[in-house]
Amino acid sequence: MYSWDFYPILQSTDLLLHGLWLTFEYAAGSIFFGIIIGLIACYCRLSRYKVLNAIARIYLELFRCTPLLVQVLWFYYAFPMLIGINIDNQVAAILALSLYVGSFYAEIFRGGVKAVDSGQHEAASALAMSQSQLMWRIIVPQAGKKMLPAFINQSVIQVKNTSLASVISVAELSYMAAVVNGETYRPLESYSTVAILYFILIFPLTQFADRFEKYLARFD
Amino acid sequence: MSSTQHILSIKGLEKSYGSLHVLKGIDLDINAGEVVALIGPSGSGKSTLIRCLNVMETRSGGDILFKGNPIGHKFKGRDGKLGIGELRRNVGMVFQHFNLFPHKTVIENVTEGPIVVLKEDKTKAEAHAMELLASVGLAEKRDSYPSQLSGGQKQRVAIARALAMKPEVMLFDEVTSALDPELVGEVLNVVRKLADDGMTMVIVTHEMAFAADVADRVLFLDEGKVAVQGTAAEVIHNPQQERLKGFLARYHA
Repeated sequence: MYSWDFYPILQSTDLLLHGLWLTFEYAAGSIFFGIIIGLIACYCRLSRYKVLNAIARIYLELFRCTPLLVQVLWFYYAFPMLIGINIDNQVAAILALSLYVGSFYAEIFRGGVKAVDSGQHEAASALAMSQSQLMWRIIVPQAGKKMLPAFINQSVIQVKNTSLASVISVAELSYMAAVVNGETYRPLESYSTVAILYFILIFPLTQFADRFEKYLARFD
Repeated sequence: MSSTQHILSIKGLEKSYGSLHVLKGIDLDINAGEVVALIGPSGSGKSTLIRCLNVMETRSGGDILFKGNPIGHKFKGRDGKLGIGELRRNVGMVFQHFNLFPHKTVIENVTEGPIVVLKEDKTKAEAHAMELLASVGLAEKRDSYPSQLSGGQKQRVAIARALAMKPEVMLFDEVTSALDPELVGEVLNVVRKLADDGMTMVIVTHEMAFAADVADRVLFLDEGKVAVQGTAAEVIHNPQQERLKGFLARYHA
C-alpha cells in the first residue's frame, strides 16, 4: 500500500505557485492574442477578396494540421537558424500558443457568423444599415452567443496546452512539477498537486461559462 | 418633379439564377398612394420581383427608379445613380418570417433603424416607436423580447419596425404565410389600416379576398412575366384567362 506524503511538496509551494502564475499568464496572453488573430483570420475567410481568403486558409490549415508541440519547438529553433534572430523561449512559446489557438478561434468565429439566420442579414439590410452596422449591431451579438460553448471549450483546452511550453524550459506549472519531482522524488504527489492546481484554475472558467450561457439564453 | 411622377418604377427587369430565368422583362409603375398586389403560383417570380424592388436580390438586367432616379448597384450613390442605402431608407420591407432581432426588445427592434441609420435622437425615436406600437396594438409589449411574442405579434412589430423609418413605400412579402390561421386577421387588419391611410404598398399574398379588398391594382404573375393586370374586380372577381381561372379556383376567391 502506497503511503502518501505531501510534506516535501508543500516545501516547494513557492515554485508551484510561481508556475501556476506563469500558466495563467501564458493562458490569458495567448487567448488574448489568439482572439485578435482569430478575428483577423475570420474576417479574411469571410472576405470577398480571394487573396485574403487564400492567405487565411493557408494559415488556418498549417496551424490546425500540425501538433502544437512541434510548433512550439519549431518557433524556438526556427528564428535563430533561419533569420539569425535569437528570441527567448517565452516569446517563442507565446507566439506558437497564440497562433495555434487563433487558428481554431477563427473557425469558431466563422461558424458563429454563418449560424445566424440569413433573415437577420436581410432585415438589417432592409432598414438601410451599412455592411459594418449590420455586422456589429445585428450579426456579431447573435454569433457571439451561438459560438460561446465552442469558444469556452477551446479556451479550456488552451489553458491545458500551455503545459507544452515546458519543452522549451518555460517555467510554467508542468515544468515546475518536473522540478519539484526532481527535488523530492515524489512523482505521484508532485503530479497530483499539479493536477489539482490546474483543476482549480480551469473549473471556475467552465462554471462561469455555464452560467453565462444560461444568462444569454434567458430570452430564447 | 411633376405630381404625376411614379414613386417606384421598374423597366425591363430581368433576374436569373444561373440558367434559371426567373423574371423575364417586367415593367411596372407604382403611383403614390397606390396598393399593388402580386399574385401567382409558386415559382412565378412574385417574391423575387418584390425583393428586387429594394435590391434584396440583385437584378440581372433592367432598371429600378425611385421618383424617377435610377438606382445603382452600390450601397452609396455614384455616377448620378441613387445608392441602394438611399432607396432602402424610403422603401420598407416586411418578411414572411418576421426576422425580428432576437437579442433586442420590441422597442429596440423598432428604434434600431431610426437611431442607427437615420441618426435620430433616442428619446424622439422611442416616442415615435411607442406611437407605432400603439397603432399596431402592442404598446404594452415594449420591453418584451421577440421570443415572448406570438407569430401575429411578431409580424405586427416587424411592420412597426419598417414604418419607424418613415418610408414612402412598403413592401409586404407573404407576411401572413408563416402564421397560424387564427393570427392572420390581426396582421391583415394592420396592413388594411395602412392602405386606408394612403400608404403606397406592394403586397405579395396568397390571401385572395384580402388582395381583392385592399389592392387598387392586381398583377397575376406567371412564369416570370406579368400575365394579367387590372383592378381587383377584373383580375380576381372576373378572370378571363384560363391560367388565371385555374389559379384562382384553388382559392375559392
